[in-house]
Amino acid sequence: MEKERQAFVTAVLDTAVGPVPKVATRLGPVDHWGRVLVRLGIGRMRYAIEPGLYAVGNPDGKSPIFVTANYKLSFDQLRGALHKKQAWILVLDTNGINVWCAAGKGSFSTGPLVQSVLAERLAELVSHRTLILPQLAASGVAAHLVRKECGFAVWYGPVCASHLPAYWRNGFKASRRMRRKEFPLAARAELIPMELVNAGKWAIPLMLVILFLNSLLTPESFGLDGRAGKTPLPILLLSSGIAAGSILTPLLLFILPGRAFAVKGLLAGILLNGILFWENYRAFTGEPPSSSAGWLLISLALASLLAMNFTGCSTFTSPSGVRKELRVALPLQLAAIAVGGALWLSSLL
Amino acid sequence: MSASYLKNVASLVFVQEECVGCGMCYEVCPHGVFVLLEGKARIALPDNCMECGACAVNCPVGAIAVQAGVGCLTAIVNSLLRGRKANGR
Ligand code: SF4
Ligand code: SF4
Repeated sequence: MEKERQAFVTAVLDTAVGPVPKVATRLGPVDHWGRVLVRLGIGRMRYAIEPGLYAVGNPDGKSPIFVTANYKLSFDQLRGALHKKQAWILVLDTNGINVWCAAGKGSFSTGPLVQSVLAERLAELVSHRTLILPQLAASGVAAHLVRKECGFAVWYGPVCASHLPAYWRNGFKASRRMRRKEFPLAARAELIPMELVNAGKWAIPLMLVILFLNSLLTPESFGLDGRAGKTPLPILLLSSGIAAGSILTPLLLFILPGRAFAVKGLLAGILLNGILFWENYRAFTGEPPSSSAGWLLISLALASLLAMNFTGCSTFTSPSGVRKELRVALPLQLAAIAVGGALWLSSLL
Repeated sequence: MSASYLKNVASLVFVQEECVGCGMCYEVCPHGVFVLLEGKARIALPDNCMECGACAVNCPVGAIAVQAGVGCLTAIVNSLLRGRKANGR
């Protein structure tokens, strides 16, 4: 798509370096809807915007330049935070990946940044020599090398775009709080749908198979004896395992004890299954003991496994730590699932 | 809410003799691992390090080293499997 034809472009400015599209700073329904789809994992790969130079308000040669990735959510957060300001936005081509991941993977890094500064002729556009980058780009960009290669100094702005107005008011100085990457409840909650969509991909077919087997082997448990509506225990426990690992763990992340996510997930699983047992112990006692025990084991292992999977989304887990955790926990989790499955099958025979 | 993860596993290495006290490491670290004291950087919270590499990349004198990587689970599982195979050969 042409740069000027994108939905958020409201006008085209004539500048010393040619026409520059001006962008809206109020996000519309389309932008919000787009964010919902991204969080559900629908059409995620195509959520890129055209890289290049954009304008906010009516900037001039003294207006600051903000740099971001061409992932639309990053770009939307930036332009939204610059409401009623005059500024330039330089969008790097990161293949539609966010700032943090692009910096880690190398597409938001010194080389491409310098190339883009030169290609857009920023030195002719503005009289100052400063670029403002999101702090999370720092793992890809070496500020001292950027200055050496294109003459622009790099200032690292706040981690969150929402702190930009305060950063600006503060004379482009980031406070201690702005420098920290937090992982607040809202951010954690926003990641849950995606976890569930991913879990559903294998869990739903598996549940169908279990229902089918159940109906073959024990027709009465499928509601044929008038107990319709009773959820079979395996389905109940699979669901509770997934809920504990992918919903409860992210929500209670800092309340659950333990440092390792696998431990947090296991505890969430014990908590949730404990409540389930309290509320509905008949579902457990109605099954052969080896089946109940087997599925309980699977449920707890799943909770732990899925919680560990969430380290990929978290903003404070180190690869060395995750590796250590994985080495210990993954074999145990897989063994628990295997033993649980064997117990269940033995109860069917 | 300062979140720290497992203890004593981060691969962060800092050579204080080389530090010129520019403060970049303090500025770029998203978890407040570094502090500046008497014109030199110092590691204050080693267990907070998530190995993002920002400090090492932005230190102008190369006084910091860290095994940076993507904390992505699939990538780590793959590298562990590959590592195990490589060792077995
Ligand atoms: S690697 Fe990242 S988290 Fe660790 S000390 Fe350096 S900047 Fe901080
Ligand atoms: S970035 Fe390097 S030179 Fe600058 S304060 Fe940190 S360790 Fe010292």
